[in-house]
Amino acid sequence: MKNIFPDFPIFKTNPGLIYLDSAASAQKPQAVIDAEKNFYETSYANVHRGIYALSEKATELYEGSRETVRKFINAKSTKEIIFVRGATEGINLIAHSFGQQLRKDDVILLSEMEHHANIVPWQALATPSPLRGAPPAAGGAVLRWIPVTESGDLDLTNIDELLKGVKLVAVTQMSNVLGTVNDVQFLADKAHAVGAKILVDGAQSVPHMPVDVQKLNCDFLVFSGHKMLGPTGIGVVYIKQEILETMEPYQRGGNMILEVKKNSATWNGLPYKFEAGTPNIAGAIGLGAAIDYLQDVGMEKIWEHEQDLVKYGLAQFSVLKGVRVLGADATSARSAIFAFDIDGVHPHDIGSILDQQNIAVRAGHHCAQPLHEKFGLVATARASCYLYNTKEDIDVLVAGIKKVQETFT
Amino acid sequence: MITNMYQENILDHYKHPRNFGDLPNAKFHAHAANPLCGDELDFFLEFNTDDKISNVKFNGRGCTITIASASMLSEKLRGMSRSDIEIFSNEDAIKLLGVPITPARLKCATLALETVQQAIGHH
Repeated sequence: MKNIFPDFPIFKTNPGLIYLDSAASAQKPQAVIDAEKNFYETSYANVHRGIYALSEKATELYEGSRETVRKFINAKSTKEIIFVRGATEGINLIAHSFGQQLRKDDVILLSEMEHHANIVPWQALATPSPLRGAPPAAGGAVLRWIPVTESGDLDLTNIDELLKGVKLVAVTQMSNVLGTVNDVQFLADKAHAVGAKILVDGAQSVPHMPVDVQKLNCDFLVFSGHKMLGPTGIGVVYIKQEILETMEPYQRGGNMILEVKKNSATWNGLPYKFEAGTPNIAGAIGLGAAIDYLQDVGMEKIWEHEQDLVKYGLAQFSVLKGVRVLGADATSARSAIFAFDIDGVHPHDIGSILDQQNIAVRAGHHCAQPLHEKFGLVATARASCYLYNTKEDIDVLVAGIKKVQETFT
Repeated sequence: MITNMYQENILDHYKHPRNFGDLPNAKFHAHAANPLCGDELDFFLEFNTDDKISNVKFNGRGCTITIASASMLSEKLRGMSRSDIEIFSNEDAIKLLGVPITPARLKCATLALETVQQAIGHH
C-alpha cells in the first residue's frame, strides 16, 4: 500500500501521535477537508430548492455523493441511499419506521456483541410506551440474543431454533470490541428462509473491507461517515427499495413532502421521503470525497494491510505476560481491533499512562456493556487500527504497555 | 498537554490504601459507583460526642485515581465536622491529590467525596 501518512494533516500538527482509536473515529485526509472547504467557498447553496445555478451546482454535488455511496456498496438504485447523521440515527430510523410493521410477540434477533446503538432502539419496541402514536409493537416485541462464544464468535449452533418467530435480525458485520467479522451473508439466507428481514450494522465493516449489499443480500445496512475518513454528522442507511416503499416517514417537514394542505400532506419520492429538512450537504460531499479516497487506495488493499497488522499485533501481544486480548486468534476472520486488559491494572490507568506517551487508545466499555458482562469485565482498553497505522505503531504500543506494567510493579 | 498523574505518593496510596476496610457498626455509610468503568466505593464514618469524625474506613475497587483519592480523603476526614464535609468541594478533593487531573479522570477524583457526602446526607 502506498504511503498515505502524509495525506493526514493531524499527524503533522501532532508530531509523535500514535493514533489507535479509529474504531471510535477516524482521522481525515486533506482531500476530505478540502472537499468541504471548497464546497463552502465555491458552490454553497441549499439543495433541491433554488431555480438558480448555484443551487443546481450544490444539488449536483450532493446527489453526486449519493451516487458515489451507491456504487461503493453496490446498491441497485440511489433511491435506496438515505443520508442520516450516522449509524445510530440510521438504526433509529429503521426502528421507528420499519418498527411500525412489527406486532406483539414478533421477535427481534440481536447478538450479544452488538454496540448499544443496535440494542437500545430495539428495547423501545419491546418496552411498554404510554406515548400516543407509539408503534403497534410497543410493549410487545421480544428481543432474543445470538450468544457469543468464549473465543468471540457468534454461536450459531442453534440458529434455526433462535430464528423461530423472528421478524428482524439485527447484527453487526464487525464487532467494535472483538474485531470479529460475522458471516452476515449466511445469516441473511437464514433470516430470509423464515421470512425475516436482516439489518447489518456496518459501522465498523464498511470502513475496513469491501461491502456489497447485493452480494450480502441484506435488507438494511447502516454506517457512519466519520469512521471512514469522512466528516462527523453524516452517515448512510441503505434499505432495499421494495421495503422502503412500505415504510412510513421517519421525520416530517420540508423536502420530504410532495404537497401540503392545512390538515394533510403527501410524501415525496424515494429517497427524499426519508430526508426531512435541509440535509448535511457539506457532510455528504465530504463523505463522497472520503469514499473516493478509500477507493483510490483500494478497499481490498486496506483490508490486507489491516490483516498484516492484526497478525503482527496478536503475535506481539501473545508474548506479553499478564495481558489478555479479547476475541479470536489470527486464523479467524477478524479486524485489527485489540481490546485488552492487563492483570492488576485498571483500564483507565492503562489509557492515561499510554496517553502520557502520546498513544491514543480508548478505555471503557466501548458502548458494548452486555458483551463486557459476558466476559466478566466492566471495561477494557482498546487499540484499533486503520490504513494509516503501521507495525511500528504496534511496537510503540507494546513498549507503552510494558511501561504501564512497570508503573504498577 | 501531557501530565503525569502517576506520581510516587499517588501510587503509594493506590498500592497501600490507608483506612481500608469496613466498620460494620458505623451509623453513617454510603455506597457509590461509576457504572461506566465499574469503580465502586463504600465509606463508613463514625462521629464522636463533639460531632467530629472519630473513625473512618473505606472499601471498594477502582483505578489509581479513585483509590488514591479515597485513601487521601479518609486521612483528611478525621476530626472534620459534618458541615466541614458539606462545604468540602470537588476542587478541594482534586487539590488533595496534588497532581494534575485530566478532564476524563475528574469523575475518578471525586467519587470518594461523593460517597462521603452521600453518607452524611442520607442518614
